[in-house]
Amino acid sequence: MKEKYVYNPLQMTMLVIMRFMIGWHLLYEGFSKLLIPNWSSFGFLQESKWILAGFSRWVLAHDNVLNVVDFLNTWGLIAIGLGLILGLFTRIAAISGAVLLLLYYLNNPPLIGLEYTVPSEGSYLIVSKTLIEAVALVIIAVFPTSSIFGLDMFIKKFRKSKNKIEE
Amino acid sequence: MKNKAMEKKNLQVDQPDKGGKLTLKRRTLLKALAGIPVLGVFALELSEKRSYDLEKKSRIMKDLGLDNLDVPVLRPSSGVKGDLLRIGIIGFGNRAVSHANGLGYMHPEDVENRTLNGTLEDWLLQDDLNVALTGICDVFDLHAERGLATARNTIRAGGGKVFDLPVKHYRTYQEMLNDKDIDAVMIATPDHHHAPISAAAARAGKHVYCEKSPAHSEEQLNDLYNAVKNSNIVYQLGHQVPQSVIFQQARDIIIKDILGKITLIETTTNRNTADGAWIRHLDSKGNPKPGDEKTIDWDQWLGPAPKVPFSIDRFYNWTKFFDYDIGLIGQLFTHEFDAVNQLLRIGIPKSVVSSGGIYYWKDNREMADSLQCVFEYPERDLTLLYSASLASSRSRGRVFMGHDASMELGDAISITADGDSTRYRKQIEAGLIDPSSPMVSFNPNLGKIDAVTSATEKYYAARGLTTTNINGRQIDVTYLHIREWINCIRNGGIPSANIEMAFQEGVTCLMAHKAYVEKRRVEWDPLNRRIV
Repeated sequence: MKEKYVYNPLQMTMLVIMRFMIGWHLLYEGFSKLLIPNWSSFGFLQESKWILAGFSRWVLAHDNVLNVVDFLNTWGLIAIGLGLILGLFTRIAAISGAVLLLLYYLNNPPLIGLEYTVPSEGSYLIVSKTLIEAVALVIIAVFPTSSIFGLDMFIKKFRKSKNKIEE
Repeated sequence: MKNKAMEKKNLQVDQPDKGGKLTLKRRTLLKALAGIPVLGVFALELSEKRSYDLEKKSRIMKDLGLDNLDVPVLRPSSGVKGDLLRIGIIGFGNRAVSHANGLGYMHPEDVENRTLNGTLEDWLLQDDLNVALTGICDVFDLHAERGLATARNTIRAGGGKVFDLPVKHYRTYQEMLNDKDIDAVMIATPDHHHAPISAAAARAGKHVYCEKSPAHSEEQLNDLYNAVKNSNIVYQLGHQVPQSVIFQQARDIIIKDILGKITLIETTTNRNTADGAWIRHLDSKGNPKPGDEKTIDWDQWLGPAPKVPFSIDRFYNWTKFFDYDIGLIGQLFTHEFDAVNQLLRIGIPKSVVSSGGIYYWKDNREMADSLQCVFEYPERDLTLLYSASLASSRSRGRVFMGHDASMELGDAISITADGDSTRYRKQIEAGLIDPSSPMVSFNPNLGKIDAVTSATEKYYAARGLTTTNINGRQIDVTYLHIREWINCIRNGGIPSANIEMAFQEGVTCLMAHKAYVEKRRVEWDPLNRRIV
């Protein structure tokens, strides 16, 4: 926690707003999966193309693995969303979120020649909203705000005071 | 220097008090908790959205009377408890492979293929029916050999026993029917044999599972009906479609009168491949399939049909010729009719008109590749329409059109309210029901079509002709249909595609065929029970 903040107030505000919004989105994605009865990533993985297609087939072929994936996905999204909004373990949340989104992206990237039976909700060529969101999360990880606007402040204080006492 | 100043400002460094304890400025604390109100708003919005969704759904479901609609559960088979049934298969072509699989038998090559594509497990999990496949009869040696290898394979579904019983190869169906060691037969020959073999089996006291169509002529149909009626056997026609779980839900929807008054039902066939148009004498590599006069008993294959010289075209592509079946009506409308008849019990129509022609597959065929048939049921205020094309696969579903809503029924159900519905007018005005998209849909398959390769197979799957998804498992509907038949043999009861249903279907199809061939409106005389 040695990062030095050099943002002006507007930069800080926009970074925090972005963090809240992505957190909100992922949190709702997680909750909506929790609230849909019998939700499963089955349909999504079924559509998997490109480099992760083999992995997805493997997941689909094993019911227990699929259950674990569904559980981790739902609760992972909720945890990441909470982390981003509250500013708690924000860097870990942002990096995990970016990895998760990148996994979604790699399962059905809008590359030329890959056709999907379920149409996407926008028009994409290579870059999709999912990929942009993943990159935005990396930005959140490298431009931290949570030790001021977030519960990470307490963690920082705690560590700082510990250091002080040890001195 | 400037940076350092900013840092200092941003961090709002708090000084530890004298005891070394931290004191936080109020402002710093508030900033740290900035996420809490965001989370609060989120929670509020989430609960609002949730109650809105639930209320909307429950209002629609309640208004429709569907709030107590259950996800069907596959009942455990009671068939396994009964005595061993010894079954013979007559005609071991493509369709018989499904029959054997349904009985729990599979050819070693198919076991290998399904292991490779990962679909073997669903089959292995199929409940054992306690049946022994002990007889194969086919006029073509190669097909008979495949049947024998299937019956002798020791890999069985559902942990079925490998019986120490001889598997016999019968040269004629009469031989099989005369054998006291056969309890029941499954018939998957070309259509012109269906009724004669079924009737002979009934007279010999063998239970019958026969593929559609039930009969090739009115005389055959009446003879079959009488033979079954005068026997104690269980007759089941091979309509596996209504075994799909989706049909239980469709039945519920019809009973609850969700659609309002149904006056038009549209059924269709939409195929656009050579295989789908019954050109099947070539294998997947384009080479001629095997078979010649030495390996095929041609006289027996022709049976009651007019004598013609041996023809490999007729042997593989028999559907094209009216001597052996009645084209699209016998092959595909039969399934459509049964689906509708199982749901609505429409029975025999008062009149039928048919028209169509050979507009695309201009080979030596007699069957139409474009065909429309209109069946009138004035007493039910209902028209049944069948429209078939073998030269366009544009998907047209099986649609039940009611005054208040329409239902499309395939491997899924989707019900769309009618914009001019009387019953749903209030909900449509209130924005609760949107007539431009389905208001209720059931899809137990979550859009998945498993292990289907060819376009024809995809077609069958989309029509609910192959598998149904129960509790996440793909269950072969043919297996369910066979199981129903076997349960009725053991425990009594009437199967769903019984002889009465078969008779209604047979008459309806023969009326449509007559209307096409004679180019006139054909009627049913209910008093004399004959087509006029």
